[in-house]
Amino acid sequence: MADAAPDVDFTLRRAIGPDGEVVGPLPDVASDREAVTALYRAMVLTRSFDEKAIALQRTGRLGTYASSLGQEAVSVGVAAAMAAEDVLLPSFREHGAQLQRGATPVELFQFWGGDERGNDFKGPRGDFPVCIPVSSQLPHAAGVALAMRLDGGGRAAVAVCGDGGASKGDFYEAINLAGVWELPLVTVICNNRWAISTPLARQTAAGTLAHKALAAGIDARRVDGNDVLAVRAVAAECLERARADSRPALIEAVTYRLGDHTTVDDATRYRDEAEVKEHWPQEPIARLRAYLVAQDWWAKEDETRLLKESAEEIAAASETYLALDPEPPTAMFDHLYETLPPALAAQRAALAGGTGGDG
Amino acid sequence: MAELTLVEAVQCALARAMAEDERVVLLGEDVADDGGVFRATDGLLARFGRERVRDAPLSEVVIAGASVGLAAAGFRPVAEIQFMGFMLSTLDQMVNHASRLRNRTRGRLTCPMVLRAPYGGGVHAPEHHSESMEALFAHTPGLRVAIPSSPSKAYGLLLAAIRDPDPVVFLEPKRLYRAYREPVEDDGAALPLDRCFVLREGGDVTLVSWGAMLKETLAAAEALAADGIEAAVIDVATLKPLDMTEIARSVAQTGRCVIVQEAPLTAGFGAEIAARLADENLFDLLAPIKRVAGWDTVMPLPRLEAHYMPDPARIVAAAREAMRHR
Ligand SMILES: Cc1ncc(C[n+]2csc(CCOP(=O)(O)OP(=O)(O)O)c2C)c(N)n1
Ligand SMILES: [Mg+2]
Repeated sequence: MADAAPDVDFTLRRAIGPDGEVVGPLPDVASDREAVTALYRAMVLTRSFDEKAIALQRTGRLGTYASSLGQEAVSVGVAAAMAAEDVLLPSFREHGAQLQRGATPVELFQFWGGDERGNDFKGPRGDFPVCIPVSSQLPHAAGVALAMRLDGGGRAAVAVCGDGGASKGDFYEAINLAGVWELPLVTVICNNRWAISTPLARQTAAGTLAHKALAAGIDARRVDGNDVLAVRAVAAECLERARADSRPALIEAVTYRLGDHTTVDDATRYRDEAEVKEHWPQEPIARLRAYLVAQDWWAKEDETRLLKESAEEIAAASETYLALDPEPPTAMFDHLYETLPPALAAQRAALAGGTGGDG
Repeated sequence: MAELTLVEAVQCALARAMAEDERVVLLGEDVADDGGVFRATDGLLARFGRERVRDAPLSEVVIAGASVGLAAAGFRPVAEIQFMGFMLSTLDQMVNHASRLRNRTRGRLTCPMVLRAPYGGGVHAPEHHSESMEALFAHTPGLRVAIPSSPSKAYGLLLAAIRDPDPVVFLEPKRLYRAYREPVEDDGAALPLDRCFVLREGGDVTLVSWGAMLKETLAAAEALAADGIEAAVIDVATLKPLDMTEIARSVAQTGRCVIVQEAPLTAGFGAEIAARLADENLFDLLAPIKRVAGWDTVMPLPRLEAHYMPDPARIVAAAREAMRHR
């Protein structure tokens, strides 16, 4: 299997269009009401989380935050295709995937609120924390995938980076390794067309970002990143091959960043509002809702109830987050090494003394 | 004379350098339309055009490495790295190439480039956005490392860095970017890149620091003065090459030295200053040299950041400790 030529397909895979209409081959899940509504719920929850995070940041109770507004289908679709024992190595904008994998909203608020404990997920113990230095988690993902291969296979690593992230050496180096060592690694480029103020056209001259797979000799797919059914299907296809045959793949999911880069960015400085407006009708949540409604699976009451439940779940998580006891300052010493080297004991004691005890 | 913030002074120096030398080229992530994430290059695209103010693809390696090539081929690149945490991937280019090109070719090819980045904590930034890693570059032969502590220093030192015939790592204290304004004359006058600056004279104890920590150091000197202890304050400004003249002169008067750095204590730049004093000025000293530094920990996320950052109280305590020795 591994000897088979790379399977590259640069056509944009689509299942449903902006109005929920069928525009391409429907994956099996599309006829599973439970599964489709679960995807819908996960996207709505992600958006509720985003809204609350921004509100908390605006009122000084969260740090700088990167919203995933408009990109929920990439996050949720990819994570929905993953098995619990797969491993996610996210960028900093994959809140939907992290939630779907079982990290809690409280944990995510904690990390973005500047508290390392938020990375100690109670759920997905093997998943990596948010990665801030762009694409530097991609080589880790190759290493995780190698571990999976050495451990007997049957699992896959999933790394997500942005369109900007695909310009880094780390990106090429990781997919190259995955190709030559035949690693069960699925690399997802969440192409939201912008890297802060740099549009895709100034990021690369490549025909598509998926073309970058050619140089690594690995499978490639392109998918409409606002179509959660298509994203889930493409990710599932690549993950199955990764798990079964240790075949790496690159997926370019084409979406759009509807929000500012982060809460400290002002996109109006460099991006035409008209362009943003143009992309709103493509956004993933209204699209899947239209599909649900067209199947007669979703009534107004369902929508009202879901919005209320999501908002309540996130509000409760926010309350819990805000009520958490602060970590003692000495925590900065207590997780540096397995055991604190004696040489650091004096510094730790000085910190404890200077701050009125180490709690 | 215009009243400028530190970041405006950086921008003013960049504009001046670009106007006076058309071979000065800016490159970096988001430096063109966005004017840089801290606005240090704001307005320069409009003034100098897209050929000379270039948004780079997202790769610090290529930003630093292309600067080496540009510089060797006769240009004067000024490259911006968005945060010091993202400079680490440039080490290969800076340490293995920028710093050595002149030496390797016995002067045939040179590397007059500037690599700028904001450094340091205290602004509640995300992970990897608050580190102070100046010692990494100061350890590298062939590089110069400059860190301004005020708007006027930023203007004068950056002009010097751009005109310098060798590679300069220019680290900007982001905590001070918009902290205050001061008069800065846009007269094109550079400051020397091989001298420390005396910010305050005093006969009892010498406080030595650089960059953002001078804020806390000057505050500590005020507090000490209120208690009748006269502290001299020295701004190192250029860490590499380090000129010890002013520090040694002051320590000869005071006999006491407290070195203040935001970076972790161990193998930080303060250790170099302490070693040089021990080497060359031991018999001027009345008291052990004290260092006030960040802890030897990973720079914490914002919740614990304030417990990491050296504060005036720790500096005052160290100075008092030194004062116990007569
Ligand atoms: C190595 C590195 N350089 C610079 C930055 C600063 N930065 C944060 S996000 C970003 C743009 C990322 O763009 P993209 O990869 O498209 O992801 P997106 O933000 O669109 O999700 C930059 C330059 C960083 N975090 N890491
Ligand atoms: Mg992007």
